[in-house]
Amino acid sequence: MLLGGKDKPDPAFLEAVVRASGQKTLAHCYQCGKCTAGCPTTFAMDYKPNRIIRMLQLGRKEEVLGSRTIWVCAACFTCSTRCPCNIDVAQVMDSLRVIARREGKTGLGRGVVLFNDLFLLSVRRNGRVFETGLALSFNLRRKTFFRDAELGRFMFTRGKLRFTPDRPKGVRELARLFAKAEEKVEE
Amino acid sequence: MRIGYYPGCSLQSSAREYDLATRLVTRYLGVQLVDIPDWNCCGASAAHSTDPFLAVALPARNLILASEMGLDVTVPCAACYHRLRVAQRELTHDRDLSEKVAEVLGRPYRGTVRIYSLLETMTGIGLEQLAAQIVRPLKGLRVACYYGCLLVRPPGIGCDDPENPESMDRLVETTKAETVSWGYKNECCGGALIFGAREVALRLVRDILRNATGAGAHAIVCACPLCQSNLDLRQGQVNKMFGTNFAVPVFYFPQLLGLAMGLNPRDLGLTTHFVDPQRALRVVGG
Ligand code: SF4
Ligand code: SF4
Repeated sequence: MLLGGKDKPDPAFLEAVVRASGQKTLAHCYQCGKCTAGCPTTFAMDYKPNRIIRMLQLGRKEEVLGSRTIWVCAACFTCSTRCPCNIDVAQVMDSLRVIARREGKTGLGRGVVLFNDLFLLSVRRNGRVFETGLALSFNLRRKTFFRDAELGRFMFTRGKLRFTPDRPKGVRELARLFAKAEEKVEE
Repeated sequence: MRIGYYPGCSLQSSAREYDLATRLVTRYLGVQLVDIPDWNCCGASAAHSTDPFLAVALPARNLILASEMGLDVTVPCAACYHRLRVAQRELTHDRDLSEKVAEVLGRPYRGTVRIYSLLETMTGIGLEQLAAQIVRPLKGLRVACYYGCLLVRPPGIGCDDPENPESMDRLVETTKAETVSWGYKNECCGGALIFGAREVALRLVRDILRNATGAGAHAIVCACPLCQSNLDLRQGQVNKMFGTNFAVPVFYFPQLLGLAMGLNPRDLGLTTHFVDPQRALRVVGG
């Protein structure tokens, strides 16, 4: 099963992931399955975390980047804590999300990516996350207008929703950080 | 004691009560929190899933601001705490990166600030000193202390044992409340997924609520605004989705300490929870 993928192996991809995630190597993984055993979201994954590592060893770029796994990973670091080979699986998942996003391969992660983008947009504009605006714009863009309506009403009555963002003076410094980040991606 | 305070974005709105209780209880205990002036968002999971530079640079600015004040920093949010700690590790190991960040911000990075979770700061006051302040013991209240993931993981970044953390249990026991032993104290609540993959997150929340109540807890105590918001604010959505009828109040640990110290429940923000804590507090005559 593991060898029968439809994907052409791409060894350069393994190299890129190893580098981006700051690992020495992924070659040590011997498929003990501890990462998967402790992972809280395997029920929603198409490939379990240990399979992802195996697929990376085999250079199966398209399958890995196209997986649902990387978008339902909750970034909880249980896998990284338990791996007997010190593979930081959570960091690998993170790097895979970054690469998938840069290559526009976010089909199964549309919700997560939209949320992350709007979140960062809010930080860029306001310096701090403006929660009310973020929740509204997310539900608007996803056309799930009423999904949090009840909760929103409750939060409003408890003074948990702000109506204006709170902009620290450092927004301008942050703009420079965001600009630098974009420059680095283009490099 | 004087220490820098990095509240983080949630504590200004959805987790307002965590901020209220933290400021009130620390003042009562003689810890002076100094807000980091002009702090910015740490970038949370959105930044590290999107751009590795921002994931370090956003928290770095706060570390620089704290070092300019010459203070260490305490962080009430587990996710912020994690991001600040990870950023500091990266900046220490990667000279190029720290120089780049300093250059873009126009502020030198010194890397001298020590980052504590609020849990560590409170524990650091000393359990005996805390116990001496308890005037309204919460005898009879059984609670499940919930640490979640980012407060304790990964090893070297988290502030307690990643597999069996106990510092919050010890702290809460000073109030004479009983802490239950349960298996989900460090499971993930799905905070990063609550918007983007909600069905997944709500299932994690359900499992945590089920495990806590199964262990006999009247309430859950936590140390993170994302955990609290998932476990408390979303409890109605969990009940709707899974046909359950949970009604478990979820406290922030300073709220529980404050109550036992005889502080006013309203001032501790206990009136803004989704699940009203009053019912659980009736067992202690609240
Ligand atoms: S825990 Fe580590 S060694 Fe074991 S399967 Fe997962 S990545 Fe491989
Ligand atoms: S970090 Fe992701 S892959 Fe690892 S255990 Fe948590 S949810 Fe699973």
